[in-house]
Amino acid sequence: MTAPETHLLAPQRQVGEVILAMEDVWLSFGGVKALQGVSFDVREHEVRAIIGPNGAGKSSMLNVLNGVYHPQKGRIVFKGESFADMDPHHAAEMGIARTFQNIALFRGMTVLENLMTGRNLRMKSGILAQALRVGPAEREEIRHREAVERIIDFLELEPYRKTPAGQLPYGLQKRVDLGRALASEPRVLLLDEPMAGMNLEEKQDMCRFILDANDQLGTTLVLIEHDMGVVMDISDRVVVLDYGRKIADGTPDDVRSDQAVIDAYLGSSH
Amino acid sequence: MTSKIPVAILGAFLAAGLVAPLATGVSAPGFWFEVLLGGLMAGVLYSLVALGFVLIFKASGVFNFAQGSMVLFAALAVARLAERMPLWAALICAVAIMVVLAFVVERLVLRPLVNQDAVALLMATLGVTYFLDGFGQTIWGSDIYEINLGIKREPVMVLDNVFQGGVLINRDDVAATVVAVILVGALALFFQKTKTGRALRAVADDHQAAQSIGIPLNRIWVIVWSIAGVVAIVGGVIWGGKLGVQFSISQVALKALPVVILGGFTSVPGAIVGGLIIGVGEKMAEVFLGPPLVKALDLAGGGIENWFAYVLAMLFLFVRPEGLFGERRIDRV
Amino acid sequence: MFFRENGQFKSTYRADQQLLPILQDRVFMAGLVAFAFLVVPFVASDYLFLSLVIPFLILTLAAIGLNLLVGYCGQISIGHAAFMGVGAYAAYNLVLRLPFLNFLVVLVLAGFVAAAVGMLFGIPSLRIKGLYLGVATLAAQFFLDWVFARVKWLTNYAPSASPPPVELFGWTVDTPVRKYLFLLSVLLVFTLLAKNLVRGHIGRAWMATRDMDVAAEVIGIRPIYAKLTAFGVSSFFCGVAGALWGFVHLGAWEPLAFDLNLSLSLLFMIIIGGMGSILGAYFGAAFFVVLPILLNRIPGMLGFEMSTATASHLEVMIFGVLIVLFLALEPHGLARLWAIGKQKLRLWPFPY
Repeated sequence: MTAPETHLLAPQRQVGEVILAMEDVWLSFGGVKALQGVSFDVREHEVRAIIGPNGAGKSSMLNVLNGVYHPQKGRIVFKGESFADMDPHHAAEMGIARTFQNIALFRGMTVLENLMTGRNLRMKSGILAQALRVGPAEREEIRHREAVERIIDFLELEPYRKTPAGQLPYGLQKRVDLGRALASEPRVLLLDEPMAGMNLEEKQDMCRFILDANDQLGTTLVLIEHDMGVVMDISDRVVVLDYGRKIADGTPDDVRSDQAVIDAYLGSSH
Repeated sequence: MTSKIPVAILGAFLAAGLVAPLATGVSAPGFWFEVLLGGLMAGVLYSLVALGFVLIFKASGVFNFAQGSMVLFAALAVARLAERMPLWAALICAVAIMVVLAFVVERLVLRPLVNQDAVALLMATLGVTYFLDGFGQTIWGSDIYEINLGIKREPVMVLDNVFQGGVLINRDDVAATVVAVILVGALALFFQKTKTGRALRAVADDHQAAQSIGIPLNRIWVIVWSIAGVVAIVGGVIWGGKLGVQFSISQVALKALPVVILGGFTSVPGAIVGGLIIGVGEKMAEVFLGPPLVKALDLAGGGIENWFAYVLAMLFLFVRPEGLFGERRIDRV
Repeated sequence: MFFRENGQFKSTYRADQQLLPILQDRVFMAGLVAFAFLVVPFVASDYLFLSLVIPFLILTLAAIGLNLLVGYCGQISIGHAAFMGVGAYAAYNLVLRLPFLNFLVVLVLAGFVAAAVGMLFGIPSLRIKGLYLGVATLAAQFFLDWVFARVKWLTNYAPSASPPPVELFGWTVDTPVRKYLFLLSVLLVFTLLAKNLVRGHIGRAWMATRDMDVAAEVIGIRPIYAKLTAFGVSSFFCGVAGALWGFVHLGAWEPLAFDLNLSLSLLFMIIIGGMGSILGAYFGAAFFVVLPILLNRIPGMLGFEMSTATASHLEVMIFGVLIVLFLALEPHGLARLWAIGKQKLRLWPFPY
């Protein structure tokens, strides 16, 4: 397979072995078949895109990967370990983070607190220690605050630290959503339409943040995106879904010229 | 289907509870039958309160904590008005009052709080509860009042050729059951056959879709709260006629909450069946389970029926949170 | 304006994470505490202590407890007075059966008993949300009410619980001033504990569960952990408050001292005071205690008579209206109004 040549920001990184995969996954809600025997894999440090028309099952795929939905059939493999289904908490513990299509920030909490929730898994002090805020609890809090401050710095969120997340404009909320996921230092980050509803400038910013995360932090990315230009530019490999089935999988160039993909997007007689 | 299992368990549990006292021969079948009837009667009243509750929940998504207070308020209104005018006139006035109340609630509570989350709305109805309790007792008084429905007090003996000793039935209980059945029938007709009823069902299914095809949400709310008010009158009058109108009605009527948990928040049949199950269940528990429990644990008296309904509902939540007849919901992300 | 906070820059995260990062706030708070400890005991009358200040202090503690659950974790409870009752009866039995225990130890143990019971009744919150949970907590209320009334062992076969006066290190808490000082100290300690909890990772887990439960789970916050700890800690606070309510305020109590009305009153306090705010619990409890007294006094001052029954009905009505008003106009309660006022003052005399 040839390396993608179309990277605008041409990150110097090594795409490694398969880290996350799903094999022959079937998922349905009542009569609605959301996923029908979908398989795909993600390699370490790779940018992997999922595209497809509305209702194709893209979000369902992410939801299966991090355990929000439980498939009726199939397997999920993460770092060589195989699971019939995931549990959101366990997925988070293993290092799978996630952003949401309809921003799911904790609206009543400040930006800082939102990002700090990304560290919750790593914070171990007990209830009593926290209530008394004795030495170790306070030191733990400060240590994780430092980690979160690096994310704040990275995403240029400094002015909004103490602003309640619900009061931020849309574009910034998307950024906080990304920050919260990054704060947990994930191995794999699932991004559900990170650029939906943004203007060009905001999209460029978001693209930069995502690619920087991939490049500097080494985070493996799986993203759903509708903007074809963005997808073809930044991703290493693309998987295409239609009506819950995988219809194509390969480099952006492969996918672009695939007849089934063209049919699905332009509409043709099935 | 797995969802059938808890229903089966509940059924078995109830059947055992019903039959066990019979089989053990602890008491005469006639007595057992009377307890059953007594439970069904209480159940009819719970069903009526629960019915008003379900109507409001379906149409406006509001968990109406104030339904019990509405029953008390309506009963107080009828009792005090009937002192000054014939009963039928008092009832008409009470209906008018409940409609006014529905307008006020819609204008001053629901409209300002539209789009708030369900818990905020629940708390708002807590405010309505406070207000109605205070207001009702301020204008109507806070003593115990009677509602005379003109039904003879002496019970009738039935089935005396089947059981030894027969079964005693109160006339007002029979009347109450008949009224309740008529009310439920009328509501069913209203929902199925009238234009307003269809609009109500549309709103219950999907608020926004209903609004987008031109159904006026605010008017629907007024209508639903009015209907719930009328249901409250019926419940309050039957209850008051039997036990006298007093403040404790509003707390007893809270038992409509476990009833709707059991039956499902959005199901009218669920409210009826749930009410009967709870009514019978708690009476049976009190009469047959209470004395041995009191003896075994050396308690200072029974009173299991004070909590039986709530604990039953709480346990039921574990096996089937959507209730017997409710719809299962899928969370989307 | 009284002060400007310009120029106070934080150079460490520790400084930025202090309870009161602004110097003037710290001075103000220190002054307030000093006033409460050093001035109030000498100027307030016994009547003021017994009918206003003491109930206010205990109810504030209970309201903080309920607020941790409802305001911070978003789980409703209509039965929290029952957990106060658990605390009261637990403390009573500890004092009765283990008379050698220090009362502070008794308070903590009573809190733990209440926490255990609270977590037991919080288990349904793992399967059900918001509205349904309300009914499960009602079950706690009615079941525990029944237990208090029926299980004779709890009151040592007496019709009501009547504990001896509280004794602490040979110091009997019997006069109003002593009660006040004792309760004030307890409340301050628990306020500090609550403040620390809500700005620690457990507080963030609660708030995240409240704001968006699915996202919280995805970021790695176990809903079981968040909800049950909220139930536990909240019931702990209420258990301690209940023990104090019984021992210090009531002195002796009937089985129905911790009934549904008290539960609803606690809810009222946090709605009016401000959900998700520790300060709000103070405001709400103060409001709840002061309003009835005002209602009883004002008509007399204006020269017309009102019976106590009418006054109490009027009080209930006003509570109802206020709940709806606050929910509609200022869901964050008096605490938010206070914050807005402070913000305006800070900028005054400039509009921005």
